[in-house]
Amino acid sequence: MITEIQVPEKYLEIFEQSESRTGGQPRWLRSLRQDAFARFSDVGFPTTHDEDWRFTNVSAVSGSSFDLAEPASVERKQLEPFGIADFACRLVFVNGLFSKELSTLPSAAKRVKIGSLADQMAQEAASVEPHLGRYLNTDRDAFAALNTAFMEDGVYVAVPADVAVETPIYALFITVPGTSPTMNHPRNLIVAGENSQVTLVEDYVSLGEGTSFSNTATELIAGDNAHVSHYMVVREGTGAYNFSTLRIQQGRSANVATHSLLLGGALIRNNVHPVLAGEGSECLINGLFMANGRQHMDNYMLVEHASPHCDSRQFYNGILNGHSHGVFHGRIIVHKDAQKTDAKQTNRNLLLSDDAQIDTKPQLEIYADDVKCTHGATIGQVDENALFYLRSRGLDEASARHVLLLAFANECLDRMHSPQVREHLERLVNAGLPESAQLAGERSGNAPERNWEEVG
Amino acid sequence: MSLLEIKNLHASVNGNEILKGIDLTVNPGEVHSIMGPNGSGKSTLAQVLARRESYQVTGGSVSFAGKDLLERKPEDAACEGLFMAFQYPVEIPGISNAYFLRAALNALRKYRGEDEMDAMDFLPLLREKMRMLEMDERFLNRPVNEGFSGGEKKRNEIVQMAVLEPRLAVLDETDSGLDIDALKIVAKGVNAMRSKDRAMVLVTHYQRLLDYIVPDFVHVLVNGRIVKSGGPELALELEQKGYSWTERELAGARR
Repeated sequence: MITEIQVPEKYLEIFEQSESRTGGQPRWLRSLRQDAFARFSDVGFPTTHDEDWRFTNVSAVSGSSFDLAEPASVERKQLEPFGIADFACRLVFVNGLFSKELSTLPSAAKRVKIGSLADQMAQEAASVEPHLGRYLNTDRDAFAALNTAFMEDGVYVAVPADVAVETPIYALFITVPGTSPTMNHPRNLIVAGENSQVTLVEDYVSLGEGTSFSNTATELIAGDNAHVSHYMVVREGTGAYNFSTLRIQQGRSANVATHSLLLGGALIRNNVHPVLAGEGSECLINGLFMANGRQHMDNYMLVEHASPHCDSRQFYNGILNGHSHGVFHGRIIVHKDAQKTDAKQTNRNLLLSDDAQIDTKPQLEIYADDVKCTHGATIGQVDENALFYLRSRGLDEASARHVLLLAFANECLDRMHSPQVREHLERLVNAGLPESAQLAGERSGNAPERNWEEVG
Repeated sequence: MSLLEIKNLHASVNGNEILKGIDLTVNPGEVHSIMGPNGSGKSTLAQVLARRESYQVTGGSVSFAGKDLLERKPEDAACEGLFMAFQYPVEIPGISNAYFLRAALNALRKYRGEDEMDAMDFLPLLREKMRMLEMDERFLNRPVNEGFSGGEKKRNEIVQMAVLEPRLAVLDETDSGLDIDALKIVAKGVNAMRSKDRAMVLVTHYQRLLDYIVPDFVHVLVNGRIVKSGGPELALELEQKGYSWTERELAGARR
């Protein structure tokens, strides 16, 4: 029996209220939102009958009643635990809204725009109009539609042609849960011009453990020959639902790398949707998810090859402990004209407990005839041989396990190019590993553990 | 006092008895070679000494440095100064050789109550040992054994031994699969490690290794028992007559 899913009336009510919150908006934006809301009302929340949602039950979200998160005040010192002080360029969003006080924006290079999307829309809506909502699929994806309907603010980055932004742009999204469940819908827009270069980190955190729903969407447009690195970190609290969609549009010879690190949250859905639209473009889709307790982490990849001579590489590693549930759904579509496509997909998983679960599913749809597509998935436990090898050299069992988990995580960390971001994420991984016993060989203290010796 | 004393050791793997009463005494400074045909129990003996848990000891005793070795976990045996060079070294992607070895050395140092070594002090030491085994510096940053050739893996084991400086080194078929050049390099490394305080047990299938590392004692292991012991000349005798000779002799002795 298929039950009709009713979009809670509450959303209509909230949508009408939000219209006033985003007052003074241009006509095109208003109709973008209204159309998206109409789509959301039509499509409704997905169920596990939907193939794309087979392994993830969203009833915790669809059945709850969320209010739009109110602006909240956060002190600067409350940011300290998140360990991002070393990043020179920091944008901080609280409950989805840009906080100028908490952000640090170095004077950007010539003509580079780094800031709040809301500010940009208020000041220069015409610069946003050609891009916003152009690529994100709101037709079939209820969450993307919902985001578009409710979007207010997020990161806006525009890099003109031939400019390389050397400093990584770090965007911290803080959810401050209220007494009742709240939601926020960050919307990010990154436009990298021809031959430009830029690195962006999105990091989602919570201050508190109350119920919250972060429904984010990022549109990343990489112009011809642009090099873009994108990092997505989710480390929200135990009461957080985090749904995100990254839509990447790549021009000719554009090179994009997107790295996901999922560490915290009750239920996470990580959609990554690159379209290799220009000939000779390359995309690296790299991820690590580490779940424990009753966490659910779903990674949904949709890689579209739309032009000839494009390469895509997907590597996702999962470490699952406790009663957690991981999902990797790797869909690759090779369109008719995308000859000489080279697409590779690898998903490796470690199950650390009897009750942890992983569903991994490749899905290849190939309409061209001269392509190379490979996929592989492994599910296993910590390698006993390797464990014995390490122990036979003097490492105790807990340290040896830690080293092996770190080694497994490192396969993903090693694909990250920015040393600063990599080091930061490695620290998060280290702290998040199930057996985070101090390594026998490491000094205690606050210095980050390094598992690679520097060799000069 | 002897460093290693094995008395009437019996051990099984998956319920099959492989070692059927081994007696062996090794003193500091001595090099022993254990030779034997395939399936005689050579590697089982090495694994039991390194305390691999899937090998069940069903009888006998082993004391190492005056303590009951069979009571020890692999890491404790290592910390007490026992090192096994693996016949098949394990690949560990994601961890560099240098990191791995420093973690191991520091585990040992911590056990002995010594200060841990930082990377600044450790790297020159490791470089020196690698030069001795003629290993390129790029192996420092390569993941442990990943993508190494067979000979590189074996040399890497000896590098580890040289860094960890064990009291007793058990080399499990370290010579198998090596070409003559690699064999000479490995032998040079092993010989450089010989000292009056350190003992070695070379487990090998081939006499060839003993041309380069001359042992003090040779033992022939057949069907889970040491059937013959002697000096280095025994290895040459074996080379000429083959293992079937000892097997026949064993059969004759039983009759």
